[in-house]
Amino acid sequence: MDKIKIGIPRALHYYYYKDLWKTFLEELGCTIIISPETTNETLERGKKIANDEMCLSLKIYLGHVSYLESRCDYILVPRIDNYGTYEQTCTNFLGLFDIVSNLFTNKLLTYNIDEAHHQTEQNAFIKLGLALGKGKEQSILAYQNSKQKEEKQRKQKRKNEMKKLESNNPKLLIISHPYNLEDPYIGKTIKEILKNLQVEYINGEYLIDHKTIQNSTKLSPNLYWKYNKELIGTIEEWKQKIDGILFLTTFPCGPDSLVNELMIRKIKIPHLNLIIDEESGSAGIETRLESFIDILGQTTK
Amino acid sequence: MGDYAVPAHFLLSHIVRNKIIKPKPITTKTIEIGTKYSPEFVCTPFKYTLGTMIEGIEEGANILIQAGGGCRYGYYAELQEQILKDLGYNVKLYNLVTAGTTDIKRIYKIMKEIDPKFSILKGIYYGSITKKMIQYMDHIDHYIRANIGFEIEKGSFQKLKWQMLKDFENVKTHTKLRRLYKKYKKEFQKIKTNKPNKTIKIGIIGELYTIMEPYSNYELERTLASMNIEIKRYTDVSYLLFQKHKKIKQYLKNTSEYITYQMGADAADNIGRAKELCIEGYDGIIHIKSSFCTPEIGAMPVLTKVCADYQVPIIFFSFDINTSEVGIQTRLEAFYDMLEMRKKNEKRISRN
Repeated sequence: MDKIKIGIPRALHYYYYKDLWKTFLEELGCTIIISPETTNETLERGKKIANDEMCLSLKIYLGHVSYLESRCDYILVPRIDNYGTYEQTCTNFLGLFDIVSNLFTNKLLTYNIDEAHHQTEQNAFIKLGLALGKGKEQSILAYQNSKQKEEKQRKQKRKNEMKKLESNNPKLLIISHPYNLEDPYIGKTIKEILKNLQVEYINGEYLIDHKTIQNSTKLSPNLYWKYNKELIGTIEEWKQKIDGILFLTTFPCGPDSLVNELMIRKIKIPHLNLIIDEESGSAGIETRLESFIDILGQTTK
Repeated sequence: MGDYAVPAHFLLSHIVRNKIIKPKPITTKTIEIGTKYSPEFVCTPFKYTLGTMIEGIEEGANILIQAGGGCRYGYYAELQEQILKDLGYNVKLYNLVTAGTTDIKRIYKIMKEIDPKFSILKGIYYGSITKKMIQYMDHIDHYIRANIGFEIEKGSFQKLKWQMLKDFENVKTHTKLRRLYKKYKKEFQKIKTNKPNKTIKIGIIGELYTIMEPYSNYELERTLASMNIEIKRYTDVSYLLFQKHKKIKQYLKNTSEYITYQMGADAADNIGRAKELCIEGYDGIIHIKSSFCTPEIGAMPVLTKVCADYQVPIIFFSFDINTSEVGIQTRLEAFYDMLEMRKKNEKRISRN
């Protein structure tokens, strides 16, 4: 029997769960097809399908899905509602499955995480395994293995990122969703510019561990978005060690529009708020980053 | 928000001893102030509410109460309080809803903080009257919406409604309220209308704030009424507070061929309503929202598909502070002409 081919769009959830998915699906004997890195063409394709008010990251996502159409048996589109009442996600993540299922005709593979209503991640993955025609025990085992492996990889990444905090160069903490910073179309140029300017940039996402969420309540007690909570928790935790903060977001991100604004008003660290949309050219970004780093260098001296 | 300031004022003025300042109706100035101090791409209700708050503070308010949750609404309060603080206003802002859930204990605590002599019995008593009042108001509004386009003497519905709201403010008991409601219901039914047999019927769905605050949608409903269109609208406060949790399951079940999960705020509800409107034979659907309303943007592709399947025209309006009223008017007129033409064609086909 041929292996089941599962397509994974390289956008949004991919950057959070790639390690988890990879081990899980491979252990269940599936082949994974990941769409290639974002290019201009991906975005163009996404824009054709998407509604023009959707956020840039979602347009890119739809572009990736459209690439995978007809190249695989299933496309993996999870629905992640919340990890508890105070750890919700953006409404795009809630609606994603239904948006994709109405825009494309391809068969979709999905799981639903809604811990406020007792739908935990493990349950969701067991159901996913069952949907692929595997047994319950096999799915649990695969889930636990992949979770362990993911944890190990996360710790390694965190260690590497912590080393950067000891550097002598100006240290810049980047507060951005991984699907923005790590996406080649959005984040790659920024990373390159920072490297040329000899700035040690620290990816806030990699610094997260189990204490981070508690720290975020000091900055914003009522925040209820999981991903934003984790990110701003890192500010609170490492504010002594960094010289500046870069807020990187796409236009028009819902949670970021409020949370970043609040952070900018509350923190007393030099910061730059960078909003990327379809039309932002790299020259404009470069100028802004350069002048920001100049100011940063003067204040730290 | 719209006329709901009346029941809100009624409730608060009876349960706490603080002075209540009624929000002024929204004007261009409100929006200007709100926009000036808001982040760049936040959804429009944020700007409206911030503007209203600043105007209220200028009138002497120092405690502000807000209720909202489901999407970005739930997080408004924290940022708005910070913005007001940065502007030098010393105010306390309470949000009654946290993370999309209503916690009775927390509300009690907040009320105690606002007025240490707050009594829970009084709260329950006047709360129940307010609940009934909102429901009655919404019933009457429903009737008005379906008929206001066909009134013979212009403005008679509006006039009677203002009178009713004024009377509602002074009730103290359930019996009095019920009597008033019955009296006004009869009076509304007495207003003469000339409703033709075949009118164009339009359903309005969309994001809750833009739907309920007439200023934020350039009084769309009034414009439609002046075109002699019968309107049906689902979202009102009694729906959001008392019916949503039951209705949503039903909507999800009815639309299972399109969606499987809730999509945040009222998105899934709107999809259910759109299907209902299609089946009930409405001539067209208008979907309105404020710019950048993420849940509704997610619902839009699904809505398009539903309406395409049932062959019912749908038009999308996105309201921002910069949206030109003339542009909306033109698109609305074109939409209306198209509906009228469809209606005529239908008749011709059925006659043949």
